[in-house]
Amino acid sequence: MTETGKAIALHAGLVVLLFVLQWVLPAYHHGNLARVMVLATYAMGYNLLFGYTGLLSLGHAMFFAAGMYGMALTVKHLGWAPAPALVAGIGAGLLLSLAVGALALRTAGVAFMIVTLMFAQAVFLTILYFGEWTNADDGLVLQRAERMMWGLDLSNDATRYVAAWVLFTVCLGLSLWLVRSSFGKVLIAIRENEPRAQMLGYDTFRHKLAAVTASGTMSAAAGAGYGLLFGYAGASFAGVQYSILPLLWVLLGGAGTIVGPFIGALFTFYLIDIASGFTSAYMAVVGGVLIALTLFARQGIGGELRRRVWRWLP
Amino acid sequence: MSLLETRGLSKSFSGLRAVHEVDFALPEGEVRALIGPNGAGKTTFVGMLCGRIEPSSGTVRFSGADVSHLPAHRRIRAGMAYTFQITSIFAKLSCRENVALAVRRRHGPQSDVIEALARVGLDDRADQLAGDLSYGHQRLLEIAMGLAQKPRLLILDEPTQGLSDGEIDAFCTLIRELKAETTILLIEHNMAVVMQTADRITVLNFGEILAEGAPDEIRANRAVQAAYLGTEDA
Amino acid sequence: MEFGPYLMLASLEGAVTAAVLALTAVGLSLVFGIMRVVNVAHGEFFMLGAVLAWWVSSWFGGPAAVGFIAAAVIAPVLVGLLAAAADMTLLKRIDYDPERTIVVTIGLLYVIQQVTLMTYGPEARPVEPPFNTRLALPWFEWGENGFQLYWPWGLSTTSYKLFVIAAAAAVLAAVWLLMRHTKIGLIMRATQLDGEMAQVFGIPVERVYAFTFGLGAGLAALAAVLIVPIQQAHYLMGGDPLLLSFIVVIIGGLGSLPGTVVAALLIGMSDGIISVFFSPTLAKILATLLVALVLVFRPQGLFGTRAA
Repeated sequence: MTETGKAIALHAGLVVLLFVLQWVLPAYHHGNLARVMVLATYAMGYNLLFGYTGLLSLGHAMFFAAGMYGMALTVKHLGWAPAPALVAGIGAGLLLSLAVGALALRTAGVAFMIVTLMFAQAVFLTILYFGEWTNADDGLVLQRAERMMWGLDLSNDATRYVAAWVLFTVCLGLSLWLVRSSFGKVLIAIRENEPRAQMLGYDTFRHKLAAVTASGTMSAAAGAGYGLLFGYAGASFAGVQYSILPLLWVLLGGAGTIVGPFIGALFTFYLIDIASGFTSAYMAVVGGVLIALTLFARQGIGGELRRRVWRWLP
Repeated sequence: MSLLETRGLSKSFSGLRAVHEVDFALPEGEVRALIGPNGAGKTTFVGMLCGRIEPSSGTVRFSGADVSHLPAHRRIRAGMAYTFQITSIFAKLSCRENVALAVRRRHGPQSDVIEALARVGLDDRADQLAGDLSYGHQRLLEIAMGLAQKPRLLILDEPTQGLSDGEIDAFCTLIRELKAETTILLIEHNMAVVMQTADRITVLNFGEILAEGAPDEIRANRAVQAAYLGTEDA
Repeated sequence: MEFGPYLMLASLEGAVTAAVLALTAVGLSLVFGIMRVVNVAHGEFFMLGAVLAWWVSSWFGGPAAVGFIAAAVIAPVLVGLLAAAADMTLLKRIDYDPERTIVVTIGLLYVIQQVTLMTYGPEARPVEPPFNTRLALPWFEWGENGFQLYWPWGLSTTSYKLFVIAAAAAVLAAVWLLMRHTKIGLIMRATQLDGEMAQVFGIPVERVYAFTFGLGAGLAALAAVLIVPIQQAHYLMGGDPLLLSFIVVIIGGLGSLPGTVVAALLIGMSDGIISVFFSPTLAKILATLLVALVLVFRPQGLFGTRAA
């Protein structure tokens, strides 16, 4: 089999497995996996920028929240149906990431990290400030009637699982196509050696801006999907923690691999789930894993797989 | 007509004059060597040619158009190619992918990639990771990436640094072959390579052009000997 | 209250904020200036200072002053030692790579914060100030009898708040003396200019880094000890100081001590004044946006000069 064939077979296999699992899993894990697929979509969005372009953002929660609130606010205040509201959420993420990218990309390295952190903090505070519309800390709860999409009840467990699977599969396919395209190769080239990419005639600023936008938009799609599927939009999803989590998922699963974000999100989800059975201080686990990964396993799980077993892993 | 031309090109770094009022012209089809002692301003000058460094004043014209204010990637697209002095390849990508990035066309024919690799003798290593190559082979890959762009002007910054004698001979042969296809600006320390390959030589000293001429004239030039060649055997 | 006395009250509150902020931010700035890394766990060292202050002072018992003085000595030293240990076990191992340092210190942030939650608990606890006399403050007006002083109701401060301002100023002066007029300061500045060169000249760069990281964290802890009689110690209290210190250090120019102090005064005073008149959330939104834009358009800080 060619490497392309193998790559497609592996990812198709994962997607099929996830689809089949809905009839196999007990209710508790069924619900968890639906959530993990949406979070993994967020992580895949993050990975486009961090893993493939080499830009470390500390503010992706603002894109996730832009999708979530772009969707929820149009449902709540304009009475939109879920489908156009989903589009509104994705559009909000697209515009925000374009604007933030245009400004933040004038900096690099540590400054880029801090600028994205600051913009995200401003978005978080803005959500709190306009509590009249966003219901501040309490957040917006979407009723069952507001989550009927094309006659499908997204609050129903089975429907929700399939909807999460569709979102995950579409974004996985998009990521795979993107990083294997010539555009994706240029992003990798920028990650590896930006001055060289520039001296090969590539407008690195525009490529990076496109990467921020693609990454932010996919994160927004995950945010909008999360709000719709789980019926809630809250300010905590715009907080610093939700900017750190995708970084953790991607680092753990393997930055710059397509399956890494899913592996990392799944692993972290259950790690936190188990830890929170013992202590309310479960975020200590997140901190410990972040430190351990940085010190001992920079490649993450997917990266180690690529290094040891499947060199062709995209 | 000159392919590349500068007028009064200058650069100073916080008051320090690195390059001063350089008028330089490179006719199409020539192999030109740019030499000069360390700190003569060669790197700064070349940086301004290809857009890596913003000039303090003066203009750069490339095939008739003023490119002084174009960013580097636009100049490359206009037909310049630049190979880095310090090997600068994509270590985690294969040789093939490195050169494919240089070819830059969306679905460019694979033959262009292989052809460029073949010219430097790396075609049998196309699928190796660039980072796994030996230092000499990495330098050759760097040159292949320049060739793959099919440039009108190929700027080679210290291409033979760190190469073995055999590799240097192969490199000189390659330059002579390329003469028919492209204009070459060669920044080079190795005088043997310069004397063998260059049509003309420009000597830079203290940021200004000290002399310019055929290899034999430069060899005989007393000012150049004093400033640069000194006791060195040229 | 009329506008004038009101503004004076706001300025006094602002000065207390500014004093504590300046100490915290100078700690962050020292670490950035000398080690070229951003310590995201800085706010947690601040929090640890406050929590340890509560522990130490309640362990000592007795008169408030004894517990407070013990806390002011012991808490910063313990926090400084902990930070130095973190430097040697974590940051040294990743070779002070700027981006990885941020990820590691984020991890450290969660570990410190959550371990505090597990041990100290979710309650907020006060530390008793060593002295706390209410001082009524006069205001003036031009009345029928010309200039006269009077004591408006509510215009007052406490002796402890004035002490905080004085103590912070004294510590800042001490840091300045340390950096400018001692051998260790000279060594630190040499390391700041060029770490590799310093190593060549036999400066034990690794020990300088550990000392700097410990000193920076210790300053944050000391700031927290000073503020904890006014605010209470809580495991989540590190977030705001971190954010504000970031703002101060960036606006003041990364790594510049005088710039940091000036920016701390500006931000602390305006934070106090603005939040009296406007919504504190709006003030924070504007401040964070300002910081982001300063980094984008004036990376040398508002007061810094462009490096050559």
